[in-house]
Amino acid sequence: MPTPTKGARFGGSAAHERLLLANLATSLFEHNRITTTEAKAKRLRPLAEKLITFAKRGDLHARRQVMTVVRDKDVVHKLFADIGPSFAERPGGYTRIIKVGPRKGDNAPMAIIELVGGPGDESIVGEAERARGTRTAARTAPTGRTREIAEDAAAGSATAAAVAAEAADADAADDDLIESDNDGSEGGLESGGLADSDADSDSDEGDSDEGDDDEEPAK
Amino acid sequence: MAVPKRKTSRSNTRSRRSQWKTSAPTLVTCPNRACGEQKLPHIVCKACGQYDGRQVLTV
Repeated sequence: MPTPTKGARFGGSAAHERLLLANLATSLFEHNRITTTEAKAKRLRPLAEKLITFAKRGDLHARRQVMTVVRDKDVVHKLFADIGPSFAERPGGYTRIIKVGPRKGDNAPMAIIELVGGPGDESIVGEAERARGTRTAARTAPTGRTREIAEDAAAGSATAAAVAAEAADADAADDDLIESDNDGSEGGLESGGLADSDADSDSDEGDSDEGDDDEEPAK
Repeated sequence: MAVPKRKTSRSNTRSRRSQWKTSAPTLVTCPNRACGEQKLPHIVCKACGQYDGRQVLTV
């Protein structure tokens, strides 16, 4: 059983809250990512995920149940045609809430709620992060400059040694498969970084709109 | 309707307001090595727009 929501209704009455959450859900599915207050984002998440689960089911009954919340047929179509199938492999956890700090004016804590793996997501996972091996970075073998640096520093640092070892492992595996894969990333630092992040997004999500976002330089 | 019997003295006003204090927020260093600014914990870095290795805001 889902945890009952605590506290007062948004907007004052139950009906107002229902409308407010429905509008938030509609906007979320329309734009893939919306900025709202933390409290609203947290209340929106269970509703949005329930609707996505309906979309994954995809039959007429599910569509009618979603239509009772999301009144916009275009958005419902997008939900059933694009969003639902894109989450076919994901067992829940379709949305991500990221806090962005207090709002100017009323100091309300704001948050971004977005669909996981949507367009614009996973845009910048820099080469530096992969070198560090942070949690979010996709675990692909380091190539090009990252690898050179890691091998240089392997003696001094355990992390760098691990990266270098990983590169060597992947190299051994790659030799059997494809030789041409690493060629693109052997160039300068900039081109190497872009080529790497391209390869990442392709292997991660298979989303179509990723190309645009990879152009931004990794910070 | 209830009304104040006395004007609130300057002393009382000032004593009350002496409790209005600010506190310094807890800050952490941005984990993005290229940034390294101080930022609020569990919140996107305002300087570089990254959170958890992910570009969240455009800066």
